[in-house]
Amino acid sequence: MSNVEKMMSTEEKKAVETLLFQLADDDFLFSYRGSEWLGLAPHIEEDVASSSITQDSMGHAAMYYKLLEDLGLGNADDLAHLRPAVERKNSVLTERINGDGYYMDTPQYDWAYTVVRSYFYTQAKRAKINSLKESSYKPLQEIAVKVSMELYYHVMHWKLWFKQLLSSTEEAKTKMMSAIELVVADMGDLFSYGEQKEPIERFDLIDSEEKIQNAWLEALRPTFEKLELDLPIIPEPKLNGRNGQHTDELQAAIDTLSEVYRIDTATNW
Amino acid sequence: MVALIKNSQNLEVWKVLESVKDPEIDTVSIVDLGMVEKVEVEAEQIKVTLLPTFLGCPALEIIRTNTKNAVMGLSFAKNVEVEFIFSPPWTSDRVTENGKKGLKEFGIAAPPRHLEEDGSWHVDCPYCNSTYVTMENIFGPTACRSILYCKSCKTPFEAMKPVSTIM
Repeated sequence: MSNVEKMMSTEEKKAVETLLFQLADDDFLFSYRGSEWLGLAPHIEEDVASSSITQDSMGHAAMYYKLLEDLGLGNADDLAHLRPAVERKNSVLTERINGDGYYMDTPQYDWAYTVVRSYFYTQAKRAKINSLKESSYKPLQEIAVKVSMELYYHVMHWKLWFKQLLSSTEEAKTKMMSAIELVVADMGDLFSYGEQKEPIERFDLIDSEEKIQNAWLEALRPTFEKLELDLPIIPEPKLNGRNGQHTDELQAAIDTLSEVYRIDTATNW
Repeated sequence: MVALIKNSQNLEVWKVLESVKDPEIDTVSIVDLGMVEKVEVEAEQIKVTLLPTFLGCPALEIIRTNTKNAVMGLSFAKNVEVEFIFSPPWTSDRVTENGKKGLKEFGIAAPPRHLEEDGSWHVDCPYCNSTYVTMENIFGPTACRSILYCKSCKTPFEAMKPVSTIM
């Protein structure tokens, strides 16, 4: 790793770090929201499936945080648990609550929302991972190959739910349509690299924002055509999570997920 | 002579690694799962390089500790390092013939090598060998397994998920 570091200019290292934080924080928050569903999914097999996907995704986040640790940014567990919202680079979509209520109390979580968010997010991750397989940053390239194999099953799973619910009852369709609206409204920063866009693209760490977004749309197209739906139009971001702009929902999530870790950061949980 | 000793020590490490079992499937070793990528013996320094099956697998740290302890049991071992790497990636075709036997013994069908065009795959029942089985859940109790049901002997069973670089 030290060799890699030596070869990189300060500017390139900054771009690598920024991209790694975006990837890590995205998967970390996505998994956290997934983990809140544990025991609450619509049926037992789904509980097994979505928690398995959540566990895989948490593993992906851990790998990215480990790469940041290797670059000297600090301990991976600390990076995951202790950074305040303003330092987080995840997209706003991944931090959103699953619905009203608290999972320990009376959660009114929205499964349609979770299906749409998970499908759109996982398919976007697919587009990024495909591109990262060619990344100029070798450690990222290697992880992308591994993540890709696991992601294959995730995409398959969420696509199936998406198709089935939209081909189901009128009530299901109505719920799915409003979920699509909610999810798309938050997608403005999902394909953004924020302030580091220019160096991230120039150093060939990953394809351009436009190219990734296009790959995402093309991946959705057959499903949307079959369901006779119009492809979503991604809005300009109201908040850009890549630049540390977030909703209050993120800080609340961080407070909850790091509660145990903060009791004793030296303990091996 | 030195090279010869190094070589035999290397083989001894591989042999002891066969005693390190998957923490959740005690009929299969990490060697049979294809998780051991490299063994290096340099004087008293031994390094074992492993490939994780799935990135989020919580058994990885247990495997690391068990591997270290097993190798430390060798008379010539002073320092043992266990490292996980991601390249080459672990793929399900790394499971050896012996590994497939061990999985079956445990009631888990070995990962199939062939994928259909739509990404689906088929395994036979590990209990009665019937081909009349249904997929209940691609996702199973651990990241690397799926849940199936045999309609012949009416037994639920698991299969190790196929993963490959074409995915």
